[in-house]
Amino acid sequence: MSNSSKTLATVDGVSGTGPLRGRALPKPPPIKQFFDSKIVSTILYALVIGVICYGSYAGAQSMGYNWQWYRIPAYFYSFTDDGFQVGELLIGLGATIKLSGGSFLLALLFGLIIALLRLSGLYIGTKVAVIFLEFIRNIPLLVLLYLFYYVLGPIFKYDRITASVLCLAIYHSALLSEIFRAGINAVVKGQWEAASSIGMTKSQAYRYIILPQSIKFMLPPITGEIVHVIKSSAIVSVIAVGELTTFGRNIISDTYMSFEIWFTVAAVYLVVTLTLSIGVSYVEKHYAVKT
Amino acid sequence: MTDNVIIIDFKNVDKFYGSFHALKDINISVTEGERVVICGPSGSGKSTLIRCINGLEFHNSGVLNVNGIEVHENSPYINDLRQNVGMVFQQFNLFPHLTVLENLMIGPMKVRKSSRIDAEVTARKYLDRVHIPEQADKYPAALSGGQQQRVAIARSLCMESRIMLFDEPTSALDPEMINEVLDVIVELADTGMTMVVVTHEMGFARKISDRMVFMEEGRIVEVSPPDQFFTSPSSERCRAFLEQVLDH
Repeated sequence: MSNSSKTLATVDGVSGTGPLRGRALPKPPPIKQFFDSKIVSTILYALVIGVICYGSYAGAQSMGYNWQWYRIPAYFYSFTDDGFQVGELLIGLGATIKLSGGSFLLALLFGLIIALLRLSGLYIGTKVAVIFLEFIRNIPLLVLLYLFYYVLGPIFKYDRITASVLCLAIYHSALLSEIFRAGINAVVKGQWEAASSIGMTKSQAYRYIILPQSIKFMLPPITGEIVHVIKSSAIVSVIAVGELTTFGRNIISDTYMSFEIWFTVAAVYLVVTLTLSIGVSYVEKHYAVKT
Repeated sequence: MTDNVIIIDFKNVDKFYGSFHALKDINISVTEGERVVICGPSGSGKSTLIRCINGLEFHNSGVLNVNGIEVHENSPYINDLRQNVGMVFQQFNLFPHLTVLENLMIGPMKVRKSSRIDAEVTARKYLDRVHIPEQADKYPAALSGGQQQRVAIARSLCMESRIMLFDEPTSALDPEMINEVLDVIVELADTGMTMVVVTHEMGFARKISDRMVFMEEGRIVEVSPPDQFFTSPSSERCRAFLEQVLDH
């Protein structure tokens, strides 16, 4: 009895609908209260970040590093006598977005095909999909890129851009196919049965019933995958495809501003991927309300 | 019943799930317009039997003919068959991403290739028949269980099927919603549609059935007209079962 009255009092207290009538609940130990409080957490966080920043700065100072942040904006844009000029970093960012966008679209297509093969129930389909998946997932991305550029490139006579797009698309299609498979499997079996019982073929059932429902299961991990593609696209700088990382490296080899440029490049990636994540989480919420 | 055309015909049908013998030597035929109710304890194979009729499960041996098509795993006509055999599930299985109206229209439009207008006219007609025309634009999740099941019935009707299968249509419903669904099925029964119904609602079964079938452990134990079935079943097991379900 005393138990239930206690719960009642808490509920009242939380919702603010009435005064507390029961005995107050025991408080957590003071040390926990201290560390759980917002102010203490913020101070601790600021302290840790501060130490790291100061350490880096002091280290750079002791190296006699010559900070030249003022030169950075010019690599984004500048105004010359000819008017507005797009800087190298922005051009690189554009190339990165184009490269990852193209690879991602291709990866979506390949990934869906692989997932459908895997779920087809055909012996050969399943085996091909599983072997592809295990092969791709268990090779380092860098080695895969070398394979695509140095081995398959000369054989099939394609250039470094094609090699990069293909490599990224194939690599991410393996990861996406697992996301698709999980999303499709998350739709309950009764939906398949209902679709077949009105005479739908398997492909109609996929198109009109199953895939539209699996999208809400797939959307969050697919966003993660877009971010992943953008990040892994940096690797194509090793075969000198012009994108953000490559441009950053080129600037450094001209100017020796390695600290500023790498900080800046990292920040640019961060801005793009964070914007994407926030945008998609907004879309997700919107979508969730609708259905 | 008058013309006695056999529309569902089981001949020596057996079905296994692995080593479990789910249907044992099933022999039964249903004529056009007939209403057959199957009852029996859980695990007796009622659902398996009804799911074999439209190929949601496939039997392992014997011959099953439905609406002039032989049903088996490799039949190329299975989707044609399913268009003519409507099915209502225990769990409704409405399409949650579509509105009620879209749920009813998608079959006619995508499978029968009807025009959108024709499909909508048909959908509204059958939504009227199940007495919920005002719910057309809602999503299934916004409806009560009883309403969802009536939408599911309307969805099957929209395919203008010749045969309707009901697999425990009221078992997942709250008690106060059972009657609204049963009433709709009784009204349908009066239109002369061929029906196979698995149910535990014995009053309802007695009202609509032309023949009662009792199953136990994968076998058909008794087939008889409802009057005889409920008053003087010939098998001891059937009598025991009826005492159990009619007692309360």
